[in-house]
Amino acid sequence: MSRSLNLGLLTIVIALAAYAVLTLVTSTWSISTLAWVQGRAALALLAAIVLLALVPRARRERIFALSLVAVPYYWLLALFLVPFLIVVKISLSDTALAIPPYTPELDLREGWAGVKEFFGGLDFENFEFLTSDDLYWKAYLSSLKIAAVSTFLTLLVGYPIAYGMAKAPEHWRPTLLMLVILPFWTSFLIRVYSWMGILSTEGYLNQLLLATGIIGEPLTILNTNVAVYIGIVYTYLPFMILPIYSSLERLDGSLLEAAEDLGCSRISAFWLVTFPLSKAGVIAGSFLVFIPTLGEFVIPSLLGGSKTLMIGKVLWEEFFNNRDWPVASAVAVILLLLLIVPIILFQRNEQKQREAEG
Amino acid sequence: MRKLTWFNTTALTLGFAFLYLPMVILVVYSFNASKLVTVWGGFSTRWYGELMRNEAFLDAAWVTVKVAVMSSTLATVLGTMAAYVLVRAGRFAGLTLFSGMIYAPLVMPEVITGLSLLLLFIGIGMDRGVMTIVLAHTTFAMCYVSVVVSSRLVSFDRSLEEAALDLGCTPFEAFRLVTLPIIAPAVISGWLLAFTLSLDDLVIASFTAGPSATTLPIKIFSAVRLGVSPEINALSTIMIGIVTVGVISASLISKRSMLRQSAEERAADRT
Repeated sequence: MSRSLNLGLLTIVIALAAYAVLTLVTSTWSISTLAWVQGRAALALLAAIVLLALVPRARRERIFALSLVAVPYYWLLALFLVPFLIVVKISLSDTALAIPPYTPELDLREGWAGVKEFFGGLDFENFEFLTSDDLYWKAYLSSLKIAAVSTFLTLLVGYPIAYGMAKAPEHWRPTLLMLVILPFWTSFLIRVYSWMGILSTEGYLNQLLLATGIIGEPLTILNTNVAVYIGIVYTYLPFMILPIYSSLERLDGSLLEAAEDLGCSRISAFWLVTFPLSKAGVIAGSFLVFIPTLGEFVIPSLLGGSKTLMIGKVLWEEFFNNRDWPVASAVAVILLLLLIVPIILFQRNEQKQREAEG
Repeated sequence: MRKLTWFNTTALTLGFAFLYLPMVILVVYSFNASKLVTVWGGFSTRWYGELMRNEAFLDAAWVTVKVAVMSSTLATVLGTMAAYVLVRAGRFAGLTLFSGMIYAPLVMPEVITGLSLLLLFIGIGMDRGVMTIVLAHTTFAMCYVSVVVSSRLVSFDRSLEEAALDLGCTPFEAFRLVTLPIIAPAVISGWLLAFTLSLDDLVIASFTAGPSATTLPIKIFSAVRLGVSPEINALSTIMIGIVTVGVISASLISKRSMLRQSAEERAADRT
């Protein structure tokens, strides 16, 4: 009984405090109503304090304990869940030449009629539009393809590095591990940018290849999909190396010796013993590369060309260049639906992993 | 102990060359005197001078640091609270939703997070500026912090806390005197993670920043869209330098404190 009472009380206190903070914050940009706003904020804050002071000490402890849950909970509700519901709502709205550029808007002053009108105005037109214009489904397909291919390439590059690290002498490993993590702390944007100078027509790679006489004329790499692949492999490599390394490091060396004693060659011992035992790391790493790559924006827009189609870039342009909010929202909703499958698979893999260790 | 085979040595050499060469080239060419970025024209620190005189970059850098300090501090407080709840609260109604909301932002594409927050800010009529970027960064960074902190809380011996409670501590005192010092390394690395995530972020900041506030990544992005620029090379070198020094000193400090802790534990075992 007291628990639900506390929760109710806490909700009121937090609502009052949040209201006070919000009105104070917003007051900085509506100077005309400043005094009025501040008055209301002060009142709300006072009410919150009085309410807290009225409850007995034991219950106050309980309230503090509950606010531990409530503050992050309400924060995420307000700044993660609600915004996402707004995206879903706008994806069902129509484009309009207005501010904000969509209709319908929920008008609560009209009561029930307003709510009915609001829901009547929602439809799936934007989603139908996405299927009719082949730009969009081509962009989804091409994102899937780019994400899948670059995940595979990252695995090809990352596995030998992780393997080498796991086989390195023990006192080297912390340093090697830090060397893999270090790029992760440096700016993503800068790491992508560093390839622009290397891959451009007059860039360092072409200079090197021309000077050594391997090619006769400069290659065009920047602004093609090849550059996008290189950029993704480069920036997401640590995400692939770390899980594979941690599964290889735990590997029991005596298993390999047993395989060799039983007549396996080193290569077949690798494929029959090492690789299957590192599968969990490979799967985890692949998802850690695939999931963020699917919605990638920075890499295709800096390294890719006009022909590089990726859905993150399409969404960005739809929003900033075409100012079509409903279509941009619909693009976002579909992208999220695409992501749900790999995310659930990833979660399952992690859970299985935990249970196996558990 | 087996020695490295030639295969492992090549894999490591090539792999680390691939990871580091682009950044080394960037650093070297930031000292290039020539305006043509890819042609070496002799050593010079000219571009660093130009960078220091570029007001727009300095302003953006200041805004970025301000946003990063505020959002990472807020995110650390909220994320630690969330981690504590996730690990300690047991089951409660809404736990699934709560942990879902903690993990979802980690896999949410940045374009969607940015778009949804922008639509919220416009919906409630909030002017975009430093404040909105701070709110946005806090929201996604707190999830990273809570993952880092909860992994430390899971491995934490709960009986220490219970002992403090039995000895007459209030729950808050037990948290402050026992739990917090033990999870402190995770809280600090959570803060550092939140700080770098905020410094780094281009996409979410572009959505939530209004015309009144520009962060460094937004500035860099609009400058490099047109191609390589010597000033950006100089700026990148400074940023790489700061990160390198920071990460190396952080790892040295944590190594030392780990050694001290294990020494203390050994001493405690002996008595």
